[in-house]
Amino acid sequence: MIKLVGVEKKLGGQPVLQGIDLSIPVGKLTTIIGRSGEGKSVLLKHMIGLMQPDCGEVWVGDVEISRLSGTPLNDVRKQFAMLFQGAALFDSLSVFENVAFPLREKLRMKGPEVGRRVEEKLKEVGLAGMGHKFPAELSGGMRKRAGLARALVMEPEIILFDEPTTGLDPLMAKSIHDLIVSMHRRFGFTAVMVSHEIPEIFAISDWVAMLRKGRIALMATSAEFQRTTDPEIQEFISVGGTAALPGSLARPHYS
Amino acid sequence: MTSAIARLGTWAVMSVREMGRMLLFVLSAFAWLMRPPFRFYQFIKQLHFIGYRSTFVVVLTAGFTGMVLALQGYYTLRKFGSEGLLGSAVALSMIRELGPVLAALMVTARAGSAMTAEIGIMRITEQIDALDTMAINPLQYLIAPKLVAGVLGVPLLVAIFDVVGIYGGSLVGVDLLGVSEGAYWNSVASAVEWKDVYGGILKSISFGLIISWVCCYKGFYTRQSAEGLGSATTEAVVLSSVLILVGDYVLTSVLL
Repeated sequence: MIKLVGVEKKLGGQPVLQGIDLSIPVGKLTTIIGRSGEGKSVLLKHMIGLMQPDCGEVWVGDVEISRLSGTPLNDVRKQFAMLFQGAALFDSLSVFENVAFPLREKLRMKGPEVGRRVEEKLKEVGLAGMGHKFPAELSGGMRKRAGLARALVMEPEIILFDEPTTGLDPLMAKSIHDLIVSMHRRFGFTAVMVSHEIPEIFAISDWVAMLRKGRIALMATSAEFQRTTDPEIQEFISVGGTAALPGSLARPHYS
Repeated sequence: MTSAIARLGTWAVMSVREMGRMLLFVLSAFAWLMRPPFRFYQFIKQLHFIGYRSTFVVVLTAGFTGMVLALQGYYTLRKFGSEGLLGSAVALSMIRELGPVLAALMVTARAGSAMTAEIGIMRITEQIDALDTMAINPLQYLIAPKLVAGVLGVPLLVAIFDVVGIYGGSLVGVDLLGVSEGAYWNSVASAVEWKDVYGGILKSISFGLIISWVCCYKGFYTRQSAEGLGSATTEAVVLSSVLILVGDYVLTSVLL
């Protein structure tokens, strides 16, 4: 569904993406990992047209979006939702109004149907009764949940997650991962996640891709990825505790 | 030597590029204004923010400006035995120049800086990107209502400024300095002509557009840092103020 072919991008004169070839499997949860500053978020933004490559192609279905703008690009974006690193909730709107925003603006929905769908989504993400609060009154985890509710309310085909657990404590991060997995299994959307949470992402992801020096170093199923013999990749993922170290705790399991 | 020329050249190219981007920004926003959905609620909200909530500071400035103008004008006119013309001096100064310029500068300081900060924070916290991902054009949703509110709100504030300023002048001239009330208001009525009023309106519309345009542009293209936001807010206020003063001269020379 999403395919990048030979994508290159420079920012501030520095090469960030240097020939990305990547296909995202439909209906699966794919996580992109890599060192800080490698360009994972930049890669994610290319998939939804928030950034345009200097060269290469970005395909969403059978539409090449790298040179699109305006209405044609907006038509493609209707398939997408995105959970940003800071949730990107609109400060001047309450949680309810944030989640209702895409329904009112895109579907021009009015009346009690808006309330019903918003309350349903807030309940699913564990924010029932919080609709009246404003983003500044929420904790980091609650903001991420509200952002997820807003992303889910339009029932998109593709959801992009930009470091959904960054800045959260381990318990809150696990709850966010649990939520993403349960929503993914329930609604079956294609999910692309950028994350630093190793080894947790191996338990929740179907596919894992590693970005290294501007290219995709490896893309494989979660199990195959962990068995790679590439020493750099093994060093990177072992720092997260995948390798059995003396005294280390057992890997967490996700239901 | 060559590096200095290269730097000058780079600065010139970047300046021209910036001017081009600013022009495309405002033209795109006005183009999106013509397309549905029409953001009437957003426009009313911005008119309330730019117009209504600037009323107090405009009234305060107008009152004291009129009063000090009357004070200064009285002692000057008295030398020529022309105290009776105080009303026309205050009114013409207000309507032609001080009203549009000072009201616009007050709106820049109050509402303009706030607009830049609001949009800049939205840029930094990816709220504008969030609008894009929801297939909602940020120029149509965020910027166009502010542009229209500026173009319509500032002339209304200038009208308030003019009225309050002229009354402030009468408070000092008539009540404190003893100028004849009839003489004051008769000189206002006889001196002010329609061309003075529409000249003031034209200036206020132009200044309203400048304020909204520059402040929204600076916020929209804020660099992703607290320092970037601070710079953007400062640049927005300074650039708006300079353009108001330059625009005032240009429009005055055209209108006269």
